[in-house]
Amino acid sequence: MRVQVDGEKCQGHNRCYAIAPELFDVDELGFAFALHDGAVPAELEEKARMAVANCPEFAISIVETP
Amino acid sequence: MTARRPPVTDWATDFDHTDPQWVADPYPIWEALRTTCPVAHSDRYGGTWLPVRHDDVAAVAYDTEHFTSRSVVVSEVRPGSNDLPAPIGVAPPITSDPPFHAMARRLLLPAFAPKAVEALEPFTRELCRELLDAIEGRDQVDAAVDYARHIPLRVIVKMLGFPQEDADVFRRFIRMVLEDVDMSPEDRQAVEDERELEHYIDARIAEHQAEPQDDLTSFLLDAEIDGQKLEPDHVRGTMVLLMIAGIDTTWSAIGASLWHLARTPQDRKRLAAEPALMPTAVEELLRAYAPVTMARLVAKDFDFHGCPMKEGDWLLLPFPAANRDPEVFPDADQVLLDRVENRHGAFGLGIHRCIGSNLARMELRVALEEWMLRYPDFELSDPAAVAWSAGQVRGPRTIPTRIL
Repeated sequence: MRVQVDGEKCQGHNRCYAIAPELFDVDELGFAFALHDGAVPAELEEKARMAVANCPEFAISIVETP
Repeated sequence: MTARRPPVTDWATDFDHTDPQWVADPYPIWEALRTTCPVAHSDRYGGTWLPVRHDDVAAVAYDTEHFTSRSVVVSEVRPGSNDLPAPIGVAPPITSDPPFHAMARRLLLPAFAPKAVEALEPFTRELCRELLDAIEGRDQVDAAVDYARHIPLRVIVKMLGFPQEDADVFRRFIRMVLEDVDMSPEDRQAVEDERELEHYIDARIAEHQAEPQDDLTSFLLDAEIDGQKLEPDHVRGTMVLLMIAGIDTTWSAIGASLWHLARTPQDRKRLAAEPALMPTAVEELLRAYAPVTMARLVAKDFDFHGCPMKEGDWLLLPFPAANRDPEVFPDADQVLLDRVENRHGAFGLGIHRCIGSNLARMELRVALEEWMLRYPDFELSDPAAVAWSAGQVRGPRTIPTRIL
């Protein structure tokens, strides 16, 4: 599983960073980006789904990798 | 000074956000409109629209072409020729439109990013403990007056580097701007002519110019857009914005959360037993009791879902109503402290997302954590005496509380 943040949609609510700081960080302006190229270790998949489900701007998506 | 309006009898065609019924409990009004008239209209305030569905509120928030933020507080007075014209507005960036908005906002963002806010947490926690120390030993307290209202006020005052003892001055300014929407144009003009707030801020600016400090005021005075220092009106407007936007709002969120816990024993017990639930609970309390309804002015005539909107019409943008839309939030009227899917818009949506959201969230979490540590069990001592603010920021202004 991978996560990605749509930089056009992100408005810096920082919900993803609060929920899953292992997967997301924020820049100095507060806009989010995915860490480790978006790679999600198996044990963090639930947190990744939580980050998606709590983004008010629908800016985060999950890309299932084979 | 304030002229009360006739009571509202038809919310679809004559709504008024200052009507006592709306002030006391707006949720049933929005719920009824959601199924019967999702975009209501009122002739009051010279013509105002009101979308209540989440999708419609979001659509307006995202549409900066048809809606301008030039004024975001509905009143009898539309922005006049004395105000800075769009795109800057009187309080940038909240009153700014693209493309100026992005520049004015970008300037402020670093001061409110999560890592900058983290640095203010120890001050906030210490402040909360101090306030709780001051009411120690009493079995009757006012959770709004004795506790909630001091927290955001003193945090903003600290950020701006203004004297902590000026708290009361600030409180009066805020009341004037946010709650006196009924003031006649003449009365409002008279108040504005005194320029008291402007003079107060100018004095603080002069002090900072003489002796720069490591605070937000000096940061703003030093800031540049395109190699140019900010216009004095821009600096002053942004400071007013931080005072107005940062204080009543967070006070309301802290107060409403304590009010909820005071009247909901199972949630109180759960939070006391599961402190790790706090961050999730904070988001749910923000969703359910979002304090802020924004406003826009229609920028040009157009048709919104069959509603003929005219340039210059007001539009109330009730994020608290969007947060209660059952299409988006199952059991929307229930507070579920462990709600896992919660894309609430308490801090707005789109480019004007509340710049202080990280700060507000931190203050709310710390305020609740410290209160719960000290007083895990408490209840409303006089539920009928709880008074809610009128206007676009909704929160309890008095919460008579019995410590158990």
